[in-house]
Amino acid sequence: MPRQKIVIDPVTRIEGHSKISLHLDEKGRVEEAYFHVTQFRGFEKFCEGRPFYEMPSLMARICGICPVSHLVASAKACDAILAVRIPENAARLRRILNLAQLVQSHALSFFYLSSPDLLLGMDSDPAKRNIFGVAEKFPAIAKDGVRLRQFGQQIIEWLAGKRIHPAWVVPGGVTEPLSAANRDRILEAIPEALGIAQRTLDWFKSEMERFREEIRTFANAPTLFMGLVGPNGNLEHYDGKLRFLDAGGHIVQDGVDGADYANYIAEMAHPWTYLKTSFYKPLGYPEGVYRVGPLARLNIVDGCDTPRASQEWAEFRELDRGAVLSSFHYHYARLVEIAFGLEKIEQLLNAPDILDTNVRAIANANNSEGVGVAEAPRGTLIHHYKVDRDGLITWANLIIATGHNHAAMNRGVLQVARHFVRGNKLTEGMLNRVEAVIRTFDPCLSCSTHADGRLALEVQLRSHDGELLDTQRN
Amino acid sequence: MSAKAPVRVKTLTIDGREVGAREDQTILEVATENGIFIPTLCDLPGLSTVGACRLCLVEVKGARGLLPACVTRVAEGMEVAVNSERLDRYRRGILELLFAERNHVCSVCVVNGHCDLQSLALRLGMTHVHFPYQYPRLPVDASHERFVVDHNRCILCARCVRVCDEIEGAHTWDIMSRGVDCRVITDLAQPWGKSESCTGCGKCVQVCPTGALSEKGKSVAEMSKRRQFLPYLTLMREGRR
Ligand code: SF4
Ligand code: SF4
Ligand code: FES
Repeated sequence: MPRQKIVIDPVTRIEGHSKISLHLDEKGRVEEAYFHVTQFRGFEKFCEGRPFYEMPSLMARICGICPVSHLVASAKACDAILAVRIPENAARLRRILNLAQLVQSHALSFFYLSSPDLLLGMDSDPAKRNIFGVAEKFPAIAKDGVRLRQFGQQIIEWLAGKRIHPAWVVPGGVTEPLSAANRDRILEAIPEALGIAQRTLDWFKSEMERFREEIRTFANAPTLFMGLVGPNGNLEHYDGKLRFLDAGGHIVQDGVDGADYANYIAEMAHPWTYLKTSFYKPLGYPEGVYRVGPLARLNIVDGCDTPRASQEWAEFRELDRGAVLSSFHYHYARLVEIAFGLEKIEQLLNAPDILDTNVRAIANANNSEGVGVAEAPRGTLIHHYKVDRDGLITWANLIIATGHNHAAMNRGVLQVARHFVRGNKLTEGMLNRVEAVIRTFDPCLSCSTHADGRLALEVQLRSHDGELLDTQRN
Repeated sequence: MSAKAPVRVKTLTIDGREVGAREDQTILEVATENGIFIPTLCDLPGLSTVGACRLCLVEVKGARGLLPACVTRVAEGMEVAVNSERLDRYRRGILELLFAERNHVCSVCVVNGHCDLQSLALRLGMTHVHFPYQYPRLPVDASHERFVVDHNRCILCARCVRVCDEIEGAHTWDIMSRGVDCRVITDLAQPWGKSESCTGCGKCVQVCPTGALSEKGKSVAEMSKRRQFLPYLTLMREGRR
């Protein structure tokens, strides 16, 4: 039998457009796996010549799914260009916004995109394997998911006005302070949301046994992990320093200032995809492959400074001796982070000066360069801009979660494909597992190539000299 | 002031409605006085009229073609139509051309939600641009300490030119070149920040109908124009003459 290639194109239930191709060897075993991102939007070019203070809103438009994360990272890069320290309460409010986005996005990923696989089974009828199918069979869980997502979105709206693309976050802070009424509204809704988070965590933990095989094979391989940590090594999403951890759980590099990212992170382009691959520079490629996002964050931190999340985190870390390696546990980590986000929002809202109206620093472009780093739901987001003397953008670089995870995602696809795909016959269930491994990363492809579009899945089976043998779409 | 010849009164109809006007008034002025809406972009009460945008086109019975209401004087017995299927079509067409000519990305524009061009497009029901977008590569001049000119959003209405010349008396702004190369310029096409004539009063920024002129540091949708000063200033000037 000749060598073959299977292409899954486009991958469903992730944000963006991509395809997967699997190359089979002569014996019909998966030899190589490639995860291609096929669209490109070129935001870095788009913003050249624009005033830097337009960047947050411009960047928020990279993505309709996590505009807030881009807003925050971009605004931080602009703060650096202004060379100001923004008012404390502005940072607090941005932090709340970022966490609300985290809750909202994790709820979307877990309940809408991944729970169909978890609840209905990887091999269940694809026509029903979606949130509607879940709503039919497990109405309570579907309802919880919808509620939780709404809650996150509601906070964003109360803080920033419009849900999508809010212009509230600006260089130097935010445009409006928080009103007492909105603070109280959010605080009132937190207990219910926390209840959902806890329920879901308990349920997920009790079900985990069923996914032994997936846990073992879903990008379950040693990589480094990277993310921001707070001053005491605590879980952190808005500020802090970068930390790199190895698979054994040892800190490889700590206290890296966001502005120095380029000394530690290198990017590599490939001919077969628009998605660049990032790696830890001192180790090179492929040794320096690392993961970011919920799993990485829970791996790198020394703890969480909120009570429930703290407990859940400790339990989570019991899963493995060193770092928790299986990407399947991204799901689990997401649930822990939802709990953390809710608790943290509550903490922040109870701060005595949360209603302080000094929320914006005014300045001109004082630095010619600025880097903003923040944790988006999917992982570390780095915005780096250079401006001319008048504050017009001359150069921009964005490194996005899916780029950090790219190499690990590829490895994951290969691992799963090797395990579940046999010969030149494609079963829908095995393809779904290949997709599912990608979904654990919750990749946002439109961001990562700054590309546009929707996802669906197609699989092509090719002989190793390129001949198309079979195509499947779902 | 009182020594002037008495003004004569003319009567005319606008959309079939009989209205009275002073002989020195334009169709636009009379319509506005009578609460009849005619879309405009370049016109701004207090500044001279130039008839640059052609949005105010109206039908006058017996006239060849359409006439711009902002520069057309009333006449006795004139029959004016300001609302018609044809006018709507032309006006939308003009707006579409304005949008196609430069780069209007409202969602990331400083005046989003406070823009004369945008609100007119909404009001006149412009839903599509039927002309190919030109996507010209146009610069942004942010050299001024407090203001920015973004040529991507300029519709060449010349409000800035007029307010600077007629009200502020600085005459910093001008219009250079023709056709697609047409641009507003400061001094002799120097960067605005280098301009010696500019007093930094900001009147141009406030009268500009779009996001072409804005205050530095204003984020998306944050810039709204304040034009209350214009009637007072005009009144003061006229009083002194
Ligand atoms: S100037 Fe007006 S029409 Fe043009 S982009 Fe800005 S808001 Fe839109
Ligand atoms: S800059 Fe503004 S006021 Fe001046 S011509 Fe252009 S659109 Fe009109
Ligand atoms: S308002 Fe009459 S031509 Fe512009």
